[in-house]
Amino acid sequence: MIKSIVLPPEKQVYRRAMAPSFDNPSLRSLALKALSLLMLLVNIQAFASGQEEGEEFNAGEMIMHHILDTHEWHVFGDVHIPLPVILYHKGEGLKVFMSSAFHNDEHQYEGYGIHHEQIGVVQADGSIDTSAVIDLSITKNVVTLFLVSLLMLWVFSSVAKAYKRRGKAAPKGMQSFFEPIILFIRDEVAKPVIGEKYAKFMPYLLTVFFFIWMANMLGLVPFLPGGANLTGNIAVTLVLAACTFVIILANGNKNYWQHIFAMPGVPAWLLVIMTPIEIIGMFLRPAVLCIRLFANITAGHITILAFISLIFILRQAGDAAGWGVAPVSVLLSVFVTFIELLVAFLQAFIFTLLSATYFAAAVEEAHH
Amino acid sequence: MLETILLQADPDLTFKGIAAIGAGIAAIGAGIGIGRIGGDAVQAMARQPEAANDIRTSMILTAGLVEGAAIIGIVVAFLVVLG
Repeated sequence: MIKSIVLPPEKQVYRRAMAPSFDNPSLRSLALKALSLLMLLVNIQAFASGQEEGEEFNAGEMIMHHILDTHEWHVFGDVHIPLPVILYHKGEGLKVFMSSAFHNDEHQYEGYGIHHEQIGVVQADGSIDTSAVIDLSITKNVVTLFLVSLLMLWVFSSVAKAYKRRGKAAPKGMQSFFEPIILFIRDEVAKPVIGEKYAKFMPYLLTVFFFIWMANMLGLVPFLPGGANLTGNIAVTLVLAACTFVIILANGNKNYWQHIFAMPGVPAWLLVIMTPIEIIGMFLRPAVLCIRLFANITAGHITILAFISLIFILRQAGDAAGWGVAPVSVLLSVFVTFIELLVAFLQAFIFTLLSATYFAAAVEEAHH
Repeated sequence: MLETILLQADPDLTFKGIAAIGAGIAAIGAGIGIGRIGGDAVQAMARQPEAANDIRTSMILTAGLVEGAAIIGIVVAFLVVLG
């Protein structure tokens, strides 16, 4: 039974329906609040990236440290959260210890050494041999991966439960946020591109879209638990592209394979060139998916970090220069972070759309 | 010939300088490509306002693809600078 509450005319509140422009006071105050929050966050990020007095600031090194995977989580300044190091030493079995064990002078522990986040066996001359050791550690990226997976599991299981409970009633809460997005993927990406067989691919498309979007967004948050460059790690994007590749292989029909190995209607002498090109293309398309996502996200992070390090680079010319450039630098970082919010969604959308396009090509029926 | 002159100065810096110029050229390519996409998309929307939503989606998608190509070039330049 739907309970409807009808208010008498004098108690009804009419919301001002205004066109979305910056004259609209509620939109303006929202934009101001978002801007000030972002500037606060960027200031936190600038503070966290700072070095102690006396050490020369190496911008390249700081940027690479924040882009690449690390065996401990650097929160700010001298505060590090150590993460478990799990090594499989061929012939000696599994070794598990915390990465804080490496916090001694030689960065060594029980014969294992770490150099630029590569762990290996310490040799007689002091160098590190990484060939005998398989590094299975829980690194910063792995923790973020678990976090994103748990977040997705929690969000989507509660949305699914809400649908089961509420049936055909109007969506409420998290449902009403995710329903338009899920329908958008179904109606603008899957159905127009793939056609009738779209339903088979919907679970994968939705998963990959939300995973990439959430991982990108989490990477833009400058404090714990965000700030890890997960989708900017080429291993992660490689696995995502490999998943798309495997699904294409598993679903390719006779028409698809024929188009690759022996395109119909093409003379034999031309096939000699076309078939190798088609085979290379089959591998190249997922590889480009991988590189596109990796490069876009990493480039965005590098840009934000470069604008922040501008403060510290100019500080070496004098404290006044550092303070003077700080507002400009923070404003630029905020501006780039807004762009990166768009890029976070856009790259997830492009990955999903292109995966859908490749699936469509794989299941397409021959049309004469 | 210009390179032999420059290489006598500092080969490391020369390669990094050329890589930086390469990254700039990749950015020019992205600018030209996306500029054309945007211009033609706006024209198409002016000719047929009902199709504006479809055109906008295609424009953003194509811009993403073109930018992917440019960013691959920038990543190559970055790798040269780093190692």
